[in-house]
Amino acid sequence: MDCPELISEIKNKLPDFSALCVQEDYPDQVCIKVSPEIFKGACFTLHKMLASPVMMLFALDERNGLNKFVINCVFVSYRRRQWITVSTDILQESAYFDSLAKTIYSASLFEREIWEMFGIQARGNPDLRRLHLHDEVWPQENYPLRKDFQKVHEGNLGEYKFSRVEGRGVFEVAVGPVHAGIIGPGHFRFSVSGEPIINLETRLGFTHRGVEKLFEGKLYSQAINLSESVCGNSVFAHSLAFAQAAEKISGLVISAQVAYLRGIFLELERMYNHVNDIGGIAIDVGFSFPAAFASIIKEAILQLNDSLCASRYLKKVNLVGGVSVDIDSAKKYLLLCSLKNIKKDFNELVKILNDSVSFMDRVDTTGILKRKTAQDLGVVGLVGRASGISTDLRRYFPGVYEEAKFKMITQESGDVLARLKVRALEFFESCRLIEEFSEKLVTGGNIRVNPEQKGGSALGYVEGCRGPVLYWLKTDSAGVIQRAKIVDASFHNWQGLTFAVLGNIIPDFPVCNKSFNLSYSGNDL
Amino acid sequence: MILILKNRILKGVVTRHIEPGLVRELNSTGLKLKALIRKKFGKSLHIRQVDTGSCSGCESEIISTNNPIYDLQRFGVNFVASPRHADALLVTGPLSKNMLVALKSAYESMPEPKFVITLGDCALDGGLFKGSYYIEGPIKDILPVVLHIPGCPPSPLTIIKALLDLLQKEK
Repeated sequence: MDCPELISEIKNKLPDFSALCVQEDYPDQVCIKVSPEIFKGACFTLHKMLASPVMMLFALDERNGLNKFVINCVFVSYRRRQWITVSTDILQESAYFDSLAKTIYSASLFEREIWEMFGIQARGNPDLRRLHLHDEVWPQENYPLRKDFQKVHEGNLGEYKFSRVEGRGVFEVAVGPVHAGIIGPGHFRFSVSGEPIINLETRLGFTHRGVEKLFEGKLYSQAINLSESVCGNSVFAHSLAFAQAAEKISGLVISAQVAYLRGIFLELERMYNHVNDIGGIAIDVGFSFPAAFASIIKEAILQLNDSLCASRYLKKVNLVGGVSVDIDSAKKYLLLCSLKNIKKDFNELVKILNDSVSFMDRVDTTGILKRKTAQDLGVVGLVGRASGISTDLRRYFPGVYEEAKFKMITQESGDVLARLKVRALEFFESCRLIEEFSEKLVTGGNIRVNPEQKGGSALGYVEGCRGPVLYWLKTDSAGVIQRAKIVDASFHNWQGLTFAVLGNIIPDFPVCNKSFNLSYSGNDL
Repeated sequence: MILILKNRILKGVVTRHIEPGLVRELNSTGLKLKALIRKKFGKSLHIRQVDTGSCSGCESEIISTNNPIYDLQRFGVNFVASPRHADALLVTGPLSKNMLVALKSAYESMPEPKFVITLGDCALDGGLFKGSYYIEGPIKDILPVVLHIPGCPPSPLTIIKALLDLLQKEK
């Protein structure tokens, strides 16, 4: 058994804990196999011990041959710099497990997902409404992620039950799925009493495309293209998380040059998203000049991407085993010159916003997400950092960020202004990081290695512009993907939005929403 | 306020800030587009966009056509907030089952005459998502599509040119 100190630490907290098997598959990944009876207890102990929300909770269908389903629950330990998976087998005859959601709220949505996709019930979870497969169009008892699912069979359709607030003077405002702007689809139902919002329920899943199922049966070379289309404005983060997982399985170690190049592209992606969101916050309070100014900066970054790698959104750049684009001295010169102008413009943008009293009045103390709420919900990434939670994978799993002396940015107040500040400061930090990384680039190095096709499972993780992007992959011995589980930061953070808007007025909802700027497609998959 | 004025003066007209070749192309395409729109739609063409499960890459590029650099609006193309104000429906995404009803009702609520444009590779035939259990199949089988704009995602200039081509062909 690996990791004796971790196990004894768990035993101190949970005396009747016993692990069936403990494996340290990779230096940053530990898997603890337990029996179904103590699964719930073990997860709760780790949740408390590591102060980590449930980062991933998902099922695998291994009935073919092994006659069982597997449930994996992944936590992160920043102190140990490890991802810790608690895994349990459940027999196909008794397809249920004890719900974690009553004690660990961040497990709640995952349990709903497991129920709709696999038909495995989390016993004790009071809310098993479907998330992505809408009751109105998808008949009951069709579980698409089961291996024996071929095509949908006829069955009863249902209706989604919204939680309702009732009482004198309470009324509902329903918005979506088609919104006024050019954005993704989602349904928001506000319960309003007078002006303030007293409850918001989001119903998402409108962009569900069955991505996880599509990954199955694909080779790395096809699957990486699919990972680029999961979320169109974190193309690079998604393909990088996928590539990392695949590289871990293949036992590939990437060169320093590739690590720097990936660092540069990842930060470029963060920059165009952050400036886009800052512009979005400005336009949502009707302040159009800075919004237009921000979109000029965004366009400059997109054009820079285009001239560096012939794709405005960094598509087809990542490969399993390297990158397809090198930055030579001419491109480096272009990069650094453009960066200088971009930074100058961005500085002006921030000054314009700070200078406007009426703008500050709108964003200050609007849409507060309290730290405690954020922790309970398992909010991660940028939104978490704005509420005072120090979560940034670049800090805790640094790689090339360590030598660049990465500085994590956090704010305490958790309002729209805090999220704006985090974005602005991270933008400058990204500029600095790109400069640091490009110093280290060498020309003529090898930037791609062909991966070996091997069987295994691994977790890939990247701090994207919104927060962690996690890819858990399992392949067979020919390197064909058997299961892919994707968790975008949006999946955790949408819940944060429903709490941040409480007490605010509906006209402030767009600005709250924009300050979170969550992905529909990354959430719905 | 002073900062705004200062930056406004320093930046000047940003539509001139892209590569000179591109500017000429954009302006000549755009002015032809404007003339055609004037002839065929009175003064402007109003478009309502509906996302039926796209990854939001296409949305990002549609928004880019409205940024100050491309500024599609100066040629008379407006993106509107409701299908009731629209001449054309611009559909992106591979059409998730969940969006079928919403797409149809968006189309039905548009006033006549109306037409549909699809944008992005997914909208043509599902693209990378073709064959998924949750994709309803090509949009052209459900709504009368007069134009498809290919790309993953198409760049702003491609979008502008495709609109021009369409209007030149339509009688």
